[in-house]
Amino acid sequence: MFAIFTQFADLIAYDLLGLAPETRFAHALHFFLEDTTKIFFLLTVIVFTIGFFRALLTPERVRKVVAGRPRYVSYPLAVSLGAITPFCSCSSVPLFIGFLEARIPLGVTMAFLIASPMINEVAVVVLAATIGWKYALLYVAAGLTVGIIGGLLIEFLKLEKWVEEYVWKIKMGEAALQKANTNFKARISYAFEQVKEILGRIWVYVFIGIGIGAALHGYIPESFFVKYASADNPFAVPAAVLSGIPLYSNATGVIPIVEALLAKGVPLGTVLALMMSVAAISLPEMIILRKVLKPQLIATFTGILFVSFITVGYLFNALIT
Amino acid sequence: MKTFKVLGSGCKKCANTADLIEMKAKAAGVEIEIIKVTDMGEIMGYGVMSTPGVVLDEALVHAGGMPTPAQVEDWVKA
Repeated sequence: MFAIFTQFADLIAYDLLGLAPETRFAHALHFFLEDTTKIFFLLTVIVFTIGFFRALLTPERVRKVVAGRPRYVSYPLAVSLGAITPFCSCSSVPLFIGFLEARIPLGVTMAFLIASPMINEVAVVVLAATIGWKYALLYVAAGLTVGIIGGLLIEFLKLEKWVEEYVWKIKMGEAALQKANTNFKARISYAFEQVKEILGRIWVYVFIGIGIGAALHGYIPESFFVKYASADNPFAVPAAVLSGIPLYSNATGVIPIVEALLAKGVPLGTVLALMMSVAAISLPEMIILRKVLKPQLIATFTGILFVSFITVGYLFNALIT
Repeated sequence: MKTFKVLGSGCKKCANTADLIEMKAKAAGVEIEIIKVTDMGEIMGYGVMSTPGVVLDEALVHAGGMPTPAQVEDWVKA
């Protein structure tokens, strides 16, 4: 199904530019061409389709659906909805307050916030197209589980005391928004706006990701990864998670790097742990959440994620060979 | 005179939304007042969880992203 992008890259790199396929530069360029065309094609198609069908849940609706449910429903619901609900990270704060105001437990709210950046439908489809459905589903399952466990831990530790006091005092008004326009033309233009907005926001991350992926693919020999990043090296997973913390990217932007590392023989667990860490732990997100969370809670939250990602890495490396 | 409130904690999209409203009002020759609301309590008071949101004469007309230029024209002219 995606062979056309490989053929396109073949055509440009080998036929048109006449590069010898075995050179490093040709490898890197081929990777870059194939991934750029494939990922941006997929991005456009998926975002447009979802925009058209308005499968988009708004945070306001999620809040209504999750509020007042027993825990065995609200946790799975929160992480699943977190995965498919798009929201700009600048909305994390009102979203957080809105959830708590609806008496959704802090743990469930945090579970939503953990799952949301890690998993989204665009990243899942692009992941499936580059490394296969099986691995993509494993990533989703691991991400949802980390969200639930992280939330449950925060609830168990009773960390409500580390939420800024003013948050508990805010009273939310009842919004009476008009129904969205749902005729064909309005849907098309809405879908276009979505493509423009989302691509406009993440294209830089995707390009940088593809660039790094291409460089890894072309210039770093496999022996390097066998030596330092194999499953035998117990430090490889923690190192992958640690290096993901300062790196900040959209989940989709990490995928080309994931693809290149897997192709070089880096084990799946190590690679997925890196992807989770890059997508879910980021300094800008922490700074935004600092408005509602005290530093102790941010530190605990980061610590829980750090340990969870390492566990996911080790577990996958042990189970999948 | 119409009063627009742009709800948002000061992200780029909120500023763009305010600019868009100002531009469309000027183009239509309608006099308006724009207030940027950044206080979280006040934003939530309108029932908005996803910013930017737009309030026109104390009624919420939009939330959850940049409004489209066509929407803004409707508000300015309505």
